[in-house]
This record gives sequence, structure tokens and C-alpha cells, in this order.
Amino acid sequence: MPAAAPITGPVLSVRDLRVQFPTRRGVLTALDGVSFDIAPGEVLGVVGESGAGKSMTGAAIIGLLEPPGRIAGGEIRLQGERIDTLPQDRLRRIRGRQIGAIFQDPLTTLNPLYTVGRQLIETMQAHLGLSDREARQRAIGWLEMVGIPAAAQRVDSYPHEFSGGMRQRVVISLALCAEPILVVADEPTTALDVSIQAQIIALLKRLAREKGTAMMLVTHDMGVIAETADRVAVMYAGRVAEIGPVRAVVKAPKHPYSAGLMASIPPLDRKVAHLSGIEGAMPRLSAIPPGCAFNPRCPHVFDRCRHERPELIETGSTRAACWLYDPASEKQAPELLRHG
Amino acid sequence: MAEGREAPRPAATVMLAVEDLARHFDVSRPLLQRLLAGEGRRSLKAVDGVSFEIPRGTTLSLVGESGCGKSTVARLVVGLYPPSRGGIRFDGLPLEQARADAAQRRRMQMIFQDPYASLNPRWRVLDIIAEPIRAFGLVSGAAAQRARVAELLTQVGLSPLDGEKFPHEFSGGQRQRISIARALSSHPEFLVCDEPTSALDVSVQAQILNLMKDLQARLGLTYLFISHNLAVVRQVSDQIGVMYLGRLVELAEAETLFTAPRHPYTRALMEAIPDLEMTGRQRIPVGGEVPSPIDPPPGCPFHPRCPLVADRCRREMPLLLPPRSQVGTVVACHAVEEGRDPPPAPAGGDQRIGTTATAL
Ligand SMILES: Nc1ncnc2c1ncn2[C@@H]1O[C@H](COP(=O)(O)OP(=O)(O)OP(=O)(O)O)[C@@H](O)[C@H]1O
Ligand SMILES: Nc1ncnc2c1ncn2[C@@H]1O[C@H](COP(=O)(O)OP(=O)(O)OP(=O)(O)O)[C@@H](O)[C@H]1O
Ligand code: SF4
Ligand code: SF4
Ligand SMILES: [Mg+2]
Ligand SMILES: [Mg+2]
Repeated sequence: MPAAAPITGPVLSVRDLRVQFPTRRGVLTALDGVSFDIAPGEVLGVVGESGAGKSMTGAAIIGLLEPPGRIAGGEIRLQGERIDTLPQDRLRRIRGRQIGAIFQDPLTTLNPLYTVGRQLIETMQAHLGLSDREARQRAIGWLEMVGIPAAAQRVDSYPHEFSGGMRQRVVISLALCAEPILVVADEPTTALDVSIQAQIIALLKRLAREKGTAMMLVTHDMGVIAETADRVAVMYAGRVAEIGPVRAVVKAPKHPYSAGLMASIPPLDRKVAHLSGIEGAMPRLSAIPPGCAFNPRCPHVFDRCRHERPELIETGSTRAACWLYDPASEKQAPELLRHG
Repeated sequence: MAEGREAPRPAATVMLAVEDLARHFDVSRPLLQRLLAGEGRRSLKAVDGVSFEIPRGTTLSLVGESGCGKSTVARLVVGLYPPSRGGIRFDGLPLEQARADAAQRRRMQMIFQDPYASLNPRWRVLDIIAEPIRAFGLVSGAAAQRARVAELLTQVGLSPLDGEKFPHEFSGGQRQRISIARALSSHPEFLVCDEPTSALDVSVQAQILNLMKDLQARLGLTYLFISHNLAVVRQVSDQIGVMYLGRLVELAEAETLFTAPRHPYTRALMEAIPDLEMTGRQRIPVGGEVPSPIDPPPGCPFHPRCPLVADRCRREMPLLLPPRSQVGTVVACHAVEEGRDPPPAPAGGDQRIGTTATAL
């Protein structure tokens, strides 16, 4: 282990984060009270409904919310220091050096006019102060590490000359090459085949273990979550619906939304006529129902759910924002949910 | 046209026929650099001699490593790139002829791997989805067009009210659904789907896959489907083609590919599927270096990584042939042809029951 300054608290701490979008038709609240910590060397998986606010959470942490989106409440701390209130230029420096970001959309991260090698070299030189030769050597090394064949030959290619998955791997190497303490990875392996994916995951896990890098890993791929994450947060409609150790959340989810999500995973071992999903669609941000946001789709809904909004409640194995786990509720979780 | 390995069908039952398709890219460095380094032109064979047929109303999926040429096949098939060699027939017509005719063009649509790049950022979602409807004059009158767009948005799990917004106001998965709605808007009969659900969470993915299957059952749609997610591929496919370095190495009925994979590369891919059950099973990535498509190995392109490699493999490119005692499959492997491969075993074995899986 490199002798970094001993870290006591979490690397990242997000408290009660609110993100809003002023629009013509009023203010939309995209994130509403999101809280979690990530410890050194820990991988937090973030899953949930498309549009639930996973990318938004990542964007808020790295200070790249797209206007008119803005942080309207809460705080974000990196190694104890608030970063949500920093001026843009200081944040930009922290982002480059201490936070590595892997975006969902590789094309917007890569500059189409520069070769991939030049982009890697410039990033490393800006933060690590390397000579030209050293930086070029390392750039080739990074491309090899993420599994680009003939890296020495392809380092001078432009992004459009790479396949979708190859561009994704360039983005991953760009995020890691300055050796950050926190990596925010939004769907890093979506475009990759299982074999390359296994290689990238091994690389991310090694960084977490050996360098103590903390990682927020957003993905729809439950296989990746199961293999990589230590804990998992399930998001729904701008809030954390459930959070807990990976095995508990994936194998025995307590929140009815998480349970529906896990049941929607297509089986590998057989073909089914109809895939099970969750009936209905997530509400639009402008029409979040009162009470629990999941109540119109929830098979266990009861009266209280329609009026009062649940906060995260201890379930024994996880914490879930669901009234079924409040001993004071008139209805309690059915066996099926309680024991997975 | 490719007749042959399967029982001959009347031509009209084949929606898409691809014969010896190839696409090479010039990846030479700029002239001056080339002269200084004393090197010649370099070409990258992204697709090199691919043949398959998709019967009407069925789904053929392409799987294989990142960079093996799947998207290039997709782009060739819808006419976005001209082929360097080979032919494509759409419903019996040569592709150039079909593309020149608006009535034929309407019948084929593509869902792109990258939903960001394929949506015009300055257009409202309503106009993006209605564009094919207008271009092909399918529904007249603004009110009727709106109603059709509303129906499409609902089908993909969005709200009709979302039509007023711009693409940047949506999440990644929501944008992917917009591009699916757009592709469906012209009532296509043939859809090329390049990773259509990889940006979606599993519950929305289930809805979209159910919608695609339902449209196929009701309207007889034909799909060319590309995905890294083997569990998804198993749910939608009739045939599966496994690609390696620009070529098909195995083409089989979907269920056969999962129960009796034959090519050593197909078998290796199955071993690399992640383990959702958290049994602690180690994934076995396909060993060895991923070869460079600019400079592919001689003989069988898989030979530097293949556990069954023999002398012949280093010299001679294997042809796609039906293995002994297995109908409906073709495999390009000398070991399979010679009958010296281990007996076929189902993908994954039983410890992986009920796993998800990402990807190939
Ligand atoms: N510029 C914007 N204006 C208004 N709403 C926006 C804007 N950008 C995003 N949103 C909304 O914010 C919500 C959260 O989006 P986000 O991108 O975080 O979702 P996500 O969880 O990452 O989904 P996915 O899995 O599909 O990527 C979505 O409902 C989206 O429609
Ligand atoms: N315009 C281009 N110029 C040069 N090379 C290209 C071009 N487009 C694709 N290639 C190369 O062709 C090969 C195949 O690319 P393609 O996009 O078809 O792969 P893919 O199988 O779809 O991969 P992925 O799963 O990563 O999307 C890759 O090596 C890629 O670098
Ligand atoms: S609070 Fe009520 S509606 Fe919400 S998830 Fe729990 S049971 Fe369902
Ligand atoms: S032809 Fe030879 S090298 Fe190629 S897959 Fe078969 S056994 Fe392996
Ligand atoms: Mg997202
Ligand atoms: Mg592709």
C-alpha cells in the first residue's frame, strides 16, 4: 500500500442531496434527499429505474450538473472537505486530480479532434507532471491494461476509428490515469463483452484494494454488481429506496421495488415466453405522487403509503424506504419479503 | 444467393440475405508519417466474408467480443456503409435498389448502439419520433400524428407529455427508449437493433423485450439483434451468429448454441459470463491477447488463444461447416471438423441456474 495520508472517515459522504431543475412549468426536483457514504477501498453499486437519478447523483458529485440543474440542498464531502460549495476553478482541479469520472456517454468525454493517445498524455501531464516519453509509454500501458489490442499501434488513432466498446475503454483509462482517490463510474462496462468486462472489473477491484480508491459504480448489470460491489444502493424517483450489503440487496431485497427489479433479471438458463417486469412506469418528475413514490405500482401498497413518505428504515439486513418495515405501521412485510 | 446448408426455402420467406459480406477500413497513418516510418497503407478488415439469412418473422442475433464487427454488419445491412465486397438482399431485392425506393426504405429501421449520437439535440422528442411518419407520409394531420407519437411513447414506457421535451432533458435509458419509439414509428418490418436495451434497467428492459416479441408475434417483424448480454440474446433469438475478428465462427439455432456450443471461442465466451449467484465462482476470461484486426493471425484467427490449437490451425483458415451429427449448426473449426473437440456441454453448467448475465 502506498503511504497516503491515513484516511479515517469515508472518502465520499453525501448528505440529503437535493437537485432541482427550474423549468417553464415550475421547479422539478430530480434528487430528493439522497444520502450515502463510500469508505476507502469500497465499491458502492448504484442501480435502479432508468431516469431515477443515478447519473444526476454522479454529476452532482463531480460538479458537472448541466444547467439549469443545480444543487438545492444537502452537502457533498470529499475526505471531509465540502466540495459542493467550492468555486468552479478549485472544483475543476479536484475533479481532475482526485475524482476520476467515467461517463455513460463515451462520445461526449472524448475529444473527436485529438488522438486517444494525446488525450491520455495531456491528462497525465496535467496532473502527474511526466515527461513526454514517460507519458506516452504510460498511455500505451493504460490502453493495454484496458485490453486494447496492438495498443502501441492504435495509440495514435482517433476516437471514431474505434468500436463502441473500445471507446468506452479509452474513457475508462482516461478516468483512472491520474490516479484519483474517488472514481465515479456511470455504466462503465455496458458496451463491453463479458471477457473485456471481466478484465475491467478486475482492474477496478484491484485499484480499490491496492490503492484504497473509493468507487461509485452505476450500472444496470446485476452480474457486475454481484461481482464488484461491496454495498448497493437502489434508486427510485430521485431517492434511495434501499441500501445495504450486496448479497442482501441482490438475493433478498426488502423494498418491493428492489424485489421487482431483481425479479426482472432475464434468466440465462432458459427461454421464457414472457419476461417478468414491474407493471407501469416510473412517475414523471412533475407528477411524483404524495407518500411513497412507488405506491401506484406497489403490490403491497396500503393506506399509509399514499399519505406519508417513508424514510430509510432498518430491515435487519438492509435499510429500506418502505412503511412495511416500520413496527408502527398497520401492515407488516409479508414473509416473502422478510426472508427473501 | 446462399442456398444450401439448411433445407431450401422459397426465396420470399427470407427477409434479409447476406452473402460473403466484407467491409475494410483504411487506417493508414497520414502520408508524411508513413513515408518517414517507411510503412505502407494499412487496412482493417472490420467484416470479412460474413454470410447469413434471416427468415421473415424471426430474429438473428450477433454476439462476440467488442470490436469484432457487429455494428459494422448492422451499418452495412441498412446501407450506411457501402460493402467492400459481397451482397445484401432485402426481401429479395439487392440492397441498393431497396434503399433507392422510399416505400422499401420505410420497411427497415435501425436502433443505434449510441442513443446520444443518434438523436438531433435541437428537435423536440415529438418531432424526432414523428420525422419518419412525416417523411414517409404515413399519417396525415397534426392531431393524428400527435396521437401516433403519444401511442409510441406509451409503448416504450414514457409519457405522451414527454413529447414536448428535448433529448438532453432525459436520462440515458429514456433516450434509448426515444430512439426505439422513433424506429418503430414508420411501422418497419425489419429492425436492426444494436444494443437496444443495454442502457435500460432490467425492468424497463423486460418491457421493451416483451414489446419487441409481441410485435413480432402480431405483425411478423424480422430482427437483426446485437447484444453483449447473453441472457437477453437467449430470450429473443431464433438463430445466433458468433463473430470473431470480422468473421462468423459459429451459426446455430439459439437453443442449440446454449445447450451445445461447439466452437472453442463460443465455449470460452460462455465461461466468461458473470456469476449473479455469488457462488464465488471465478469468471474465466477468454485467455490470451485479443488479436489486432489490422494484423490478424494467419490460419484460424482464434489460434493464438485456442486450447485445441494444432499445426493445421496455424496455416489453414477453417471454413464454416456443419459438424458431424449436429444439424442446423455451422462451425468454423478444424478440431470440430476432425471430431477431436470435447463433447458439447450446455453453457455454464448447473451451478449457474437463474443467473442473469451480461454479456458476451
Ligand atoms: N436538463 C434536464 N431538465 C429536466 N429534467 C432532466 C434534465 N436532465 C435529466 N432530467 C431528468 O432527471 C431524471 C434523472 O436523470 P438521470 O440521468 O440521473 O437518470 P438515471 O438514473 O441515470 O437513468 P438511466 O439509467 O436511464 O441513465 C430523469 O427523470 C430525467 O428525465
Ligand atoms: N470508421 C472506421 N474507421 C476505421 N476503423 C473502424 C471504423 N469503424 C469501425 N472500425 C473498426 O472496425 C472494427 C469493428 O468495429 P465495430 O464497431 O463493428 O465493432 P463491434 O463488434 O460493434 O464492437 P462493440 O461491441 O465494441 O460495439 C473495430 O476494430 C473498429 O476499430
Ligand atoms: S411504502 Fe408502501 S407503497 Fe411504498 S414500497 Fe413500501 S409498501 Fe409499497
Ligand atoms: S481451428 Fe484450430 S485454432 Fe481455430 S478454433 Fe478450431 S481448434 Fe482452435
Ligand atoms: Mg444514467
Ligand atoms: Mg458495436
